[in-house]
Amino acid sequence: MENISELTLSEISNGIKSKEFSSEEVTKSFINNSKKSKKLNAYITECFDEALKSAKDFDKKKDFTGLLSGVPIAVKDLFCTKNVKTTAGSKILHNFIPTYESTVTNNLWTQGAFLLGKLNCDEFAMGSSNETSFFGNVKNPYGEKLVPGGSSGGSASALAANLTPATIGTDTGGSIRQPASFTGTVGLKPTYGKCSRWGIVAFASSLDQAGPMTNNVEDCALLLQAMSSFDPKDSTSINTKVENYTSKLTEKVKGIKIGIPKEYRVDNMPEEIENLWKKGIDFLKDAGAIIKNISLPHTKYALPTYYIVAPAEASSNLARYDGVKYGHRANGDSLNEMYENTRSEGFGDEVKRRILMGTYVLSSGYYDAYYLKAQKVRQLIKSDFDNAFNDIDAILTPSTPNAAFKIGDKSDDPISMYLNDIFTVPVNLSGLPAISVPAGYDKNNLPLGLQLIGKPFDEQTVLNLSLAIEKRANFKKNFKTWWI
Amino acid sequence: MSIDKDTVKHISKLARISVDEKKISNLSKDLTSIVKFIEKLNELKTDKITPLTSIINASLKSRVDEVKDGEIRDQILENSPEKNKEFFVVPKVIE
Repeated sequence: MENISELTLSEISNGIKSKEFSSEEVTKSFINNSKKSKKLNAYITECFDEALKSAKDFDKKKDFTGLLSGVPIAVKDLFCTKNVKTTAGSKILHNFIPTYESTVTNNLWTQGAFLLGKLNCDEFAMGSSNETSFFGNVKNPYGEKLVPGGSSGGSASALAANLTPATIGTDTGGSIRQPASFTGTVGLKPTYGKCSRWGIVAFASSLDQAGPMTNNVEDCALLLQAMSSFDPKDSTSINTKVENYTSKLTEKVKGIKIGIPKEYRVDNMPEEIENLWKKGIDFLKDAGAIIKNISLPHTKYALPTYYIVAPAEASSNLARYDGVKYGHRANGDSLNEMYENTRSEGFGDEVKRRILMGTYVLSSGYYDAYYLKAQKVRQLIKSDFDNAFNDIDAILTPSTPNAAFKIGDKSDDPISMYLNDIFTVPVNLSGLPAISVPAGYDKNNLPLGLQLIGKPFDEQTVLNLSLAIEKRANFKKNFKTWWI
Repeated sequence: MSIDKDTVKHISKLARISVDEKKISNLSKDLTSIVKFIEKLNELKTDKITPLTSIINASLKSRVDEVKDGEIRDQILENSPEKNKEFFVVPKVIE
């Protein structure tokens, strides 16, 4: 079979099970594509030899009991992988080789998958364009000069360009959904507590959540099922049953009530985003859903809240990088000087900005004015959603206020970069599940996504509604392989 | 509120990040713009609001205090930039 790498995850998984092709053939196909696609700079670490060996081993043993038997998968380089370098896109971890495996990746391997490589991302997942990575920016298959979004930019780019059949990312403020929207792929942030955070390089622990990134909604359901679990090693992991999302997946959404929040109609929003949103409403109406106008009055405070809470947690989490236990170390005459030089050399500009911002809002005399205030506003933002969900089942919004932008366009102005996450951040602050599903193109033929937000642990409804949109949008990849 | 150069120096000291003298004024400018941005929250009256401390509607679970691993000293030391047998090595602290 010639074009295995163009198949979906479900097709590949089924094809291996029905012996239509071997795991080795599948793996070779993705390795070949990956080797030809260096220009995208999607990989930080390639594990091609090991993957090929795993595939050959699989073909000998033929254990088809897992959901992902014999499937190679590349993952964001924020997941710790045993004996495989894990950098988080940072110089400070450029030489870090974990001696343990993250729970989420371990779940994938338990389901029969194996590691194809580690994918590029913004440094410590702090960024919306993949430009803050120590290992260089990633390019979007939709254009050599375009960012793939971030922070899971390498994941989104690799997925869209068929370098991996599916991938996993992490989403603290939109880091799965925004790059999915920019690359015409599907990305889901599960409910906080659904997927274990154990073994994921921490950014902001009350917001971080891992999730699937796939070529379609069916794959998304499959991968979510494979990666989620209750994990006693993560104290915020929630003990809910792992659902069989794929068997319950249906586009029959008749009678489901969809909220359209008026506050997401922001100033200067391009007309094509507004039109896409209308199109999404029509798709869901056509599928029998009921549309209701709702209000989430504190939406405009979500980004300022996020930019207090996330840096505060980050400054605390990133205190562990001290040049002593692991990672990069610089010289210094005293212990403090060694710390200061190590952290100055090891962290990039955006990470430093956020650590300093976080240190400031937590520092003596400012804690109440900023951090405590933000925690109160976060309560208001969460209450907006709680109230809305009394009358509706899910919320439809655009995923991003614009399509993929040019490399360098926003990197000099932190605020304009932050504004890119305006529609995705409220969801993280409230711990809700949300997906970005490709729904159309802008006038420059760049993909645009729609976001569906669900009630806590109601990923199924979010997936079903996405399927209804997917069937109607009939979105097809639309780029030339300029990088080969 | 603006973050002047002295404040940048103070918080970089707290955060244990040495900052190049040449970069301080740029940092001061960037951090000030971010502070102006987050101060939008001051529009809201929040005196009677309880701060959100957990987004999951459950208190943190306690677990049995039991040893589940151990004997992993070599693993813990494996990535250390400088070690001496079973110790991490750091610059001398006591004069």
